[in-house]
Amino acid sequence: MSKDLKIKCLVWDLDNTLWSGTLLEDAEVYVAPETLKLIKTLDSRGILQSIASKNDHDFAWSKLEELGLSEYFIYPQINWEPKSTSIKKIAQSINIGTDTIAFVDDQVYEREEVSYSLPDVLTIDAEQVAEIEEMPVMIPRFITSDSKKRRLMYQSDILRNKIEEEFSGAQDEFLTTLNMKLSITEAIEEDLKRAEELTQRTNQLNTTAYTYDYDELVFFTQSPDHLLFVAALDDKYGTYGKIGLVLVEKTTEIWSVKLLLMSCRVMSRGVGTVLISFIRKLAKENGVRLQAEFVSNERNRMMYITYKFNQFTEIKRQEAWSLLENDLTNIPDYPTYMTINTGPHSPVV
Amino acid sequence: MNEIETKVRSFLGKYVSDPEVDGDLDLFSAGLVNSLYAMQLVLFIEQEYGIQVTNEDLDYENFKSVQAIVQFITLKQK
Repeated sequence: MSKDLKIKCLVWDLDNTLWSGTLLEDAEVYVAPETLKLIKTLDSRGILQSIASKNDHDFAWSKLEELGLSEYFIYPQINWEPKSTSIKKIAQSINIGTDTIAFVDDQVYEREEVSYSLPDVLTIDAEQVAEIEEMPVMIPRFITSDSKKRRLMYQSDILRNKIEEEFSGAQDEFLTTLNMKLSITEAIEEDLKRAEELTQRTNQLNTTAYTYDYDELVFFTQSPDHLLFVAALDDKYGTYGKIGLVLVEKTTEIWSVKLLLMSCRVMSRGVGTVLISFIRKLAKENGVRLQAEFVSNERNRMMYITYKFNQFTEIKRQEAWSLLENDLTNIPDYPTYMTINTGPHSPVV
Repeated sequence: MNEIETKVRSFLGKYVSDPEVDGDLDLFSAGLVNSLYAMQLVLFIEQEYGIQVTNEDLDYENFKSVQAIVQFITLKQK
């Protein structure tokens, strides 16, 4: 595990780890107040939590409900599968690498089984539970308002995905049912920690993958030669949080989009086209030409296609880097399935 | 309607509720489709017809309407 990696999900064993006692043998199990506090603390830091327990699923889950703890765990794996299998499932479901998962269990056998199959997972002895709160890997670099809501956002995603899977109509009908609200606003200071996180975490839906740190982002918000926009999405199931970022570098004649990115969680929501249309309209209002940089990598072809299908044409190319220019005629209206709030933005060059 | 058009419209049906749109209708300007559709469309053409869609081919004009897509596939197959 690289020293910079932080834990994104802590996976708990139940018997003699999360609680004292063995559910199928003892009449009562008991959760220590320190454990309760730890679960809540990690949750508020935006660290996700799940379960890998060999137990009777329904019995264990109803116990967690009774204890008022069930809501804290996403994709719980309570079954008789090897725990490495359970942890793989959790990692795939959340879509994170196993090198960002920690697993706490009282049994050395279980920890070794996981370490053997998934050497990247950080395994922790249940005796060390008291130390987890202060472990450096459990302290995120930033705690933003989005990190506090992270678990809720995943839970809304789980619900949405389930409804989308069961929806029989075409995609546009499904999108209409969501009552989405997209806001695009100029970034302010409180957005910038999340903005930095987005530049570092987003690979696939990212036009250049340029990363910017907090100080650079602060500079862009103050610079007269830059525009930095943050997009946030909500729908009837809850908030997706801040999911998009656009950085524009301005000269008197040309605006250039240095970076346009979106979280993978909004991949099929039409946000990319709306963000591009927004920038196109703004460039047109300001009487400037609009260009965009693109740096291709193995994963971001979708963004190249998005640019090309929104009337960008390549005008220059140098290996993986290219420069595109937009034809500002024929800008489509925003889709009817989404309410767009563009808030106040600098109206002038 | 030829076989290619039938397949294209059936693909389109997964994304829009009325895939029997006018063959000339600009699907993107009409706001009917989004980036994921665009990506899936490119993959559909590549996989269904064994065509390599290059960066140069990724011209909006080639994909903007049912007619344009059918014409593009027909040309690339030759």
